[in-house]
Amino acid sequence: MENPSISVRNISRSYGSVKALDDISFEVPKGELFGFIGPDGAGKTTLFRILSTLILPDKGKASVEGLDVVKDFKKIRKILGYMPGRFSLYMDLSVEENLSFYATIFGTTIEQNYDLIKDIYRQIEPFKTRRAGKLSGGMKQKLALCCALIHKPAVIFLDEPTTGVDAVSRVEFWEMLRRLKESKITIMVSTPYMDEAGLCDRVALIQDGKIMKISKPEEIIAAYHYRLWAVRSGKFFGLLKDLHTYPNAQSVHAFGQAAHVATDMKTNFIDDLHNYLINAGHEDVLIEEIKPTIEDCFMELMAQKTTDN
Amino acid sequence: MIENIITVKDLVKKFGHFVANDHLNFEVRRGEIFGFLGANGAGKTTAIRILCGLSYPTSGEVNVGGFNIYTQRNDIKRNIGYMSQRFSLYDDLTVFENIRFYAGIYGLSRKEIAAKAVMLMKKLELEEVKDKLIREVPLGWKQKLAFSVAIIHDPKIVFLDEPTGGVDPITRRQFWNLIFEAAKEGITVFVTTHYMDEAEYCDRVTIMVDGKIAALDTPTILKKNYDVSNMNEVFLKLARAKSVA
Repeated sequence: MENPSISVRNISRSYGSVKALDDISFEVPKGELFGFIGPDGAGKTTLFRILSTLILPDKGKASVEGLDVVKDFKKIRKILGYMPGRFSLYMDLSVEENLSFYATIFGTTIEQNYDLIKDIYRQIEPFKTRRAGKLSGGMKQKLALCCALIHKPAVIFLDEPTTGVDAVSRVEFWEMLRRLKESKITIMVSTPYMDEAGLCDRVALIQDGKIMKISKPEEIIAAYHYRLWAVRSGKFFGLLKDLHTYPNAQSVHAFGQAAHVATDMKTNFIDDLHNYLINAGHEDVLIEEIKPTIEDCFMELMAQKTTDN
Repeated sequence: MIENIITVKDLVKKFGHFVANDHLNFEVRRGEIFGFLGANGAGKTTAIRILCGLSYPTSGEVNVGGFNIYTQRNDIKRNIGYMSQRFSLYDDLTVFENIRFYAGIYGLSRKEIAAKAVMLMKKLELEEVKDKLIREVPLGWKQKLAFSVAIIHDPKIVFLDEPTGGVDPITRRQFWNLIFEAAKEGITVFVTTHYMDEAEYCDRVTIMVDGKIAALDTPTILKKNYDVSNMNEVFLKLARAKSVA
């Protein structure tokens, strides 16, 4: 990749005996919306903190906009916007005071870069005299994003911006990110919610300090190794148990109202599976072939990793 | 006859002029998995704190496990379990010490504690990390252990406040197996979550919007009533309708 916005090469970082990041490498081109998808403890925050020049890697090299995270940390801090996982604005300053504080620190003003934040800021502007500590979760998140953007950074890092946020606010937040992409800022965002992967240009699936896969979401889905069936029946919990003993099932997972059953690519097991369930005493059996979700792919990759070990 | 383990009548909770719970009315049936959903700030945490005996309502009648919320709060606390995503176990105690500590708090005898500890470690496959500090144990195991200690005293009801936040998809499903198991043993489960596929696993689901109960029924009936195919759409329909209005 020529002139990537973010470049990470063989980065490792441990805390005592815990390997938070284990030999991670990837690149993000300018203007991409890049997602880090993985559970808590996967190493997402450690990576963000290394790239934001807050901690040093044990091994490896990383750069942001061509600047080295160790040598050029002062320069990186000027062109970077960082929204940490924990809300870290000043609770006893008002919305407007927080924003102008961050603008001043970076030697700019709200007016100068208003265009960049106006779509987001307009939604909280009616409350601009309210203290940040008194805002609802969704509004805090919008203010934090405005503060991370006010100096017009080349790159922003958003560490789990939607964790603990309800379904409605999550949808709204992603709509904001899609719009923000138009201003050509490189956006790196992490999330434990698998369903948010589809909203990124590319994603890295990360678990236990290792990247299991980096690709476009649709390519990850296309690379799924099995045929996948959504199975329903009148008695859902008996269904899961019986599916686990179905000899042709490669994996069985509950997905809300249906169970997802993976079978190998070559054979169409739909009739076989149907008969198997009828024989096991199920009624109203409904089976349809479906496209896997990122969550199906993530679990398949986790299973592969366990077998590899 | 269906027996109610929680009864809430006209529950109102105000903070100054702000009405966090606005005339809530609902019952939770013994042994059911009761999903308690709502957007941030809808009033879920306020209601849970009241049901756990941690805060008084402004007005209304609340009965939990056969005890009155105004006069029998200590009885309530002895008969419920509670687990939240944030605070669950002590980082600087070992796995075994956490089990012993919680069991002791809930008044189990030494003999009972020893038996429970062995049983839990075996069930959760924690034997090899028994003497490890909690802070060194992966999150998924912590969550499962936190749930198990929340029900170590065989409470009538267990309250789970976003128990699966942030865990990997396989652990999330294993966690729900623990919930089903507890429900089968007769423990009533009162659970909040932001994962809408988990709402499908509940016997009945409540959706709170702006301090009020906007809907309460089985997932099947809710989906039918709102003419949608999954709980995520039910939630978005209800929560969005109000935020636009």
